[in-house]
Amino acid sequence: MASETGIGASVKRKEDARFITGAGNYTDDINAAGQTYAVFVRSPYPRAKINGVDTAAAAATDGVVAVFTGADLAADEIGDLPCGWLVKSKDGSDMVAPPHPPIATQAVNYVGEPYAVVIGETLEAAKNGAEAVDADFEELPAVVDLATAASADQIHESVPNNQAYDWELGDKAATDAAFDNADHVATVDIVNNRLIPNAIEPRAALGEYDAAAGTYTLHTTSQNPHLERLVLAAFVNVAPEARLRVISPDVGGGFGSKIFVYAEETAVIWAAGKVRRPVKWRAERSESFLADCHGRDHVTTAQLALAQDGKFLGLRVKTKANMGAYLSTFASSVPTYLYGTLMAGQYTTPAIYVEVQSLYTNTAPVDAYRGAGRPEATYVVERCVETAAREMSIDPAEIRRRNFIQPGDFPYDTPVALTYDTGDYEASLDKALEHIDYAGFGARRAASESAGRKRGIGFSCYIEACGLAPSQVAISLGAGVGLFEVGEVRVDVTGSVTVVTGSHSHGQSHETTFAQIISDKLGVPFENVTVLHGDTGRSDYALGTYGSRSLAVGGSAIISATDKIIAKGKKIAAHILEAQEDQMEFADGTFTVVDSNQSITFPEVAFAAYVPQNYPLEELEPGLSEKAFYDPPNFTYPAGAHICEVEVDPDTGVVDIVDFVAVDDFGHVVNPMIVEGQVHGGLAQGIGQALLEHGVYDDTGQLLSGSYMDYTMPRADDLPSFTVDTTVTPCTHNPLGVKGCGEAGAIGSTAAVMNAVTDALGVASVPMPATPETVWRAARGE
Amino acid sequence: MYQFNYHRPSTLDEATSLMAGAEDGVYLSGGMTLIPTLKQRLASPSDVIDLGAIPGLTGVTLNDGTVSVGGMTRHGEVAASDAIPALADLASRIGDAHVRNRGTIGGSIANSDPAADYPAAVVALGATVHTANRSIAGGDYFTGLFETALHDGEIVTSVDFCVPDAAAYEKFPNPASRYAVVGVMVARCGDCVCVGVTGAGACAFRATALEEALATDFSPGAVDGVGVDHSEFNSDIHASAEFRGHLVGVLTKRAVARIG
Amino acid sequence: MEITLTVNGAARTVDVADNALLVDVLRESLGLTGTHVGCDTSQCGACVVHMNGDAVKSCTVLAGQADGADVTTIEGIGDPDALHPMQEAFRDNHALQCGFCTPGMIMSAIDLVQKGGGSLDETAVRDGLEGNLCRCTGYHNIVKAVLAAQSSM
Ligand SMILES: Cc1cc2nc3c(=O)[nH]c(=O)nc-3n(C[C@H](O)[C@H](O)[C@H](O)COP(=O)(O)OP(=O)(O)OC[C@H]3O[C@@H](n4cnc5c(N)ncnc54)[C@H](O)[C@@H]3O)c2cc1C
Ligand code: FES
Ligand code: FES
Repeated sequence: MASETGIGASVKRKEDARFITGAGNYTDDINAAGQTYAVFVRSPYPRAKINGVDTAAAAATDGVVAVFTGADLAADEIGDLPCGWLVKSKDGSDMVAPPHPPIATQAVNYVGEPYAVVIGETLEAAKNGAEAVDADFEELPAVVDLATAASADQIHESVPNNQAYDWELGDKAATDAAFDNADHVATVDIVNNRLIPNAIEPRAALGEYDAAAGTYTLHTTSQNPHLERLVLAAFVNVAPEARLRVISPDVGGGFGSKIFVYAEETAVIWAAGKVRRPVKWRAERSESFLADCHGRDHVTTAQLALAQDGKFLGLRVKTKANMGAYLSTFASSVPTYLYGTLMAGQYTTPAIYVEVQSLYTNTAPVDAYRGAGRPEATYVVERCVETAAREMSIDPAEIRRRNFIQPGDFPYDTPVALTYDTGDYEASLDKALEHIDYAGFGARRAASESAGRKRGIGFSCYIEACGLAPSQVAISLGAGVGLFEVGEVRVDVTGSVTVVTGSHSHGQSHETTFAQIISDKLGVPFENVTVLHGDTGRSDYALGTYGSRSLAVGGSAIISATDKIIAKGKKIAAHILEAQEDQMEFADGTFTVVDSNQSITFPEVAFAAYVPQNYPLEELEPGLSEKAFYDPPNFTYPAGAHICEVEVDPDTGVVDIVDFVAVDDFGHVVNPMIVEGQVHGGLAQGIGQALLEHGVYDDTGQLLSGSYMDYTMPRADDLPSFTVDTTVTPCTHNPLGVKGCGEAGAIGSTAAVMNAVTDALGVASVPMPATPETVWRAARGE
Repeated sequence: MYQFNYHRPSTLDEATSLMAGAEDGVYLSGGMTLIPTLKQRLASPSDVIDLGAIPGLTGVTLNDGTVSVGGMTRHGEVAASDAIPALADLASRIGDAHVRNRGTIGGSIANSDPAADYPAAVVALGATVHTANRSIAGGDYFTGLFETALHDGEIVTSVDFCVPDAAAYEKFPNPASRYAVVGVMVARCGDCVCVGVTGAGACAFRATALEEALATDFSPGAVDGVGVDHSEFNSDIHASAEFRGHLVGVLTKRAVARIG
Repeated sequence: MEITLTVNGAARTVDVADNALLVDVLRESLGLTGTHVGCDTSQCGACVVHMNGDAVKSCTVLAGQADGADVTTIEGIGDPDALHPMQEAFRDNHALQCGFCTPGMIMSAIDLVQKGGGSLDETAVRDGLEGNLCRCTGYHNIVKAVLAAQSSM
């Protein structure tokens, strides 16, 4: 049984005290004496050659401290923003990435791309200066449509056919053979709509340069400050790692968009060195829309081959993925290793072949957004499955059951390169069916019908792969970084504990969850554990937070460090109690000699470690502080069943979500309250994709959905309360048996909603987002 | 925001003379439209003249079958009034609580946003728009996209609405901004039926074909046979002109059904 | 220009530019950084404070308009040792994750409950929070918290 603050307890969050009282410390809340303000001058054109940028008038504007163009950065040998994952095409060739200077030099390639930065004494002065920058652009026709991008004008000189790569995964011949033998083939054509992440805290940066020490300090809204520092030091050349400190203080949500290394913080930290004063920048929301990396944006055709009895024989997927104008930090991996590899879903489909062509367009770069590749994959698989069920008149729950990988099949090798360690998919589905009262659906549908409304139900049985790993496999597949995490457990002299994690919380609650783990494992009172994160000056090189990895990877590192603490503690305790080390047991904060009443508490051992009087100094270093790097042997595989019930008003096309059930298997759960919260937030984003959100460029490349006036954010009155439940099959290869829960809601829900909408209307497909007009047209058979 | 001079006059005369003396002045009431515009540097007035300290411009009063709403009356106050329930309902559906706590009827109709809600009531409830020295019939007030019959520097001091026998407002909100994609105010006064439409066109208008059909047969079914010409309607990423045309019919029916 | 206003119970006189916003006065002149800025179109509600008893978006109020006003910010409703019931309900119901929307959300929720006469149901709470965006929580726990606070306030 869990203690009140240990693993498994819904402990209230430590971080809340500051957030609910307005005492949070976000980047924009931090000011440095003598700071200046940066304003970026952004391209109004989706594609243009830069013939020249005249900064004279801007520089002469009142209160302007400096004006920099791409040429100034280049003159200082500031490098391009790199993409950290090298994907290879079918023919073995490397992906093609165009040069990506932080501040454009020769050409601008999307609306909002910065081509100059103005530093002012005040924000207003910098804005005035920005308006005075005069660029000579030669407008060029923009490439906007993904479907035809490969045959459109070539955007970058070095990139033929606007193609980053043409990638494949799986056995083509085996898949073709499966289709030859199929009794039925279900085909879906899908557009996975572009999304704009919209963390409510806009990106921000405060760069400082200490001339005496030659050191730089960058406060920024990053999900992974170490990665930021590595890229800025090793690739962009701002300063050597040792002289650059990156701090992510409180960060107001990320959802992927704050993983990447962007132009703005690069320019801000560099400029701080140039003007020798602190430089601050905070995005206005309209800048976030234009210049944060967007998400999704695929065009796909997929086919599922089935036998008469509904068994899946083969899956064939052909996708075009929009990269936007440049390859962002992890963009290349999203529609490949985080997408193609998920196409088995929860099913035993024996043959799968996936092709992905990634293309450049004159739009904002596209990179990981909550779920990153896995929502897109789930959408493909679950739309195919539902379509097949309807075409073959098999109950959608039943067709899934017939194809589930069974509990006895694990570890299970999929035909798309993954080995699932564990799962019980039917258990989740059964629980979800019970919650939604599947048996009663017919009656509910009839009741809606008589009220003039159309009711539908939709399923989505998703799989995800979290905690990207192991390092060596990922690196062999093109990853430019390792994928481990670091955790440090520093025991204080009196036995309280400071944990330093390389993982980063921007809403995930590390200060609470990680303290629960320590409290549980070391028997230290929860309130005596402090968790620090988000500062390259505090922790070793680490990878930060993305891909639902914090607990599975970051938490495992902390467990490893804790194990070392216990091991050392046993040595100390054995010495003090004059026993053998292997006679020592540790539980509930006490070291005990087995089968005796001799014991010593954890704080006493800590004290002895730091005041080493009765201490084996000749064999053992003093102190009680340990660190561990944890490199996971495999991904973790959360999975679950989401069921959505909708009512459609056929007169207006308005879709009402009347019920939403999510039953997820995250393995062991450290804090159920926090996990439920993560699921709720993910569901809102997945439902948002299905019904509301759409990043739309017009044919000429202007962003039409560039503010909250036109980009539909899910609001409180758009959403229902959710029914959230879990099943548990513990992960087999990490010490906590945990899988990760951050993205599941966004991965599973979209397909469930769209399957429900199409079911309600009795149509094969409805494009996303299913806005009122779209649904109204679909209802009319258009 | 560009720089400007901020003024807070305490009389209408002071306000108009400040305006006359300004190079490029603008009035400020609730600021719910003007301030976002200023913040984004989409306007650069030399002077901002805040009408907030001028007494006597707020309140909802009922007099002899006419409801008079002061020009500076906030949406929230109208929403809480009971003289014309349909008007209160309309006001309660403008923006969000914070917008209703600041935004005013004068600012809304002076701005004449094609997607604003009040204009539907102005054209459907026999309104009269009062300024310091004249009155404008509701039917003549909106003249085009963001255009009204107001002269430069004229201030909306109040808006009068006739109390109808019955009325109802139906709104189809823009999913993102929550302004009206289409809003329809149906009002019945004796044998006369008014259908005021906002959101669909360049500015609010009365749907006369629908009015005629409903005058003969005040029932949702009467709307069915009436075609709504959407050839001049607005079209954007949220709704095509055709869909707006369809919605005018649907919302009119629903309003009629609510009136009963 | 100089304006005088009451902020969290204390009279404050500040010298501001004519084009300053209330949120600038709070964050920059008075260092009350609990009030956040999340958008430039007056939609997100991260900046909500109470002014003369109403919830308003402080990013859409000019400093001059707030001259003489009584303003309450998130810093003025409670502190860690004596939380406002709404703050308490947010914590108890896990109604926040990253915390960025939270100050505005709490200020809106207090106004909503104070004016709701104790009769708010889930739909009314969801409608009442229309002007506050949260990207983290999916609103589920926020709605729970507001309903809980309605009983405790
Ligand atoms: C988030 C948000 C959502 C909104 N949603 C809606 C909605 O759903 N429906 C809707 O109808 N509106 C909506 N609005 C607009 C809102 O109703 C505004 O309050 C209104 O349009 C303008 O009123 P105001 O008092 O704020 O005017 P201001 O912004 O102060 O002024 C607007 C314009 O009118 C002029 N003006 C102001 N008062 C007068 C006067 N008395 N006489 C002459 N000219 C004057 C000003 O000079 C300015 O040009 C929304 C606004 C926001 C910020
Ligand atoms: S900052 Fe978004 S509404 Fe004020
Ligand atoms: S808690 Fe992060 S935006 Fe609401």
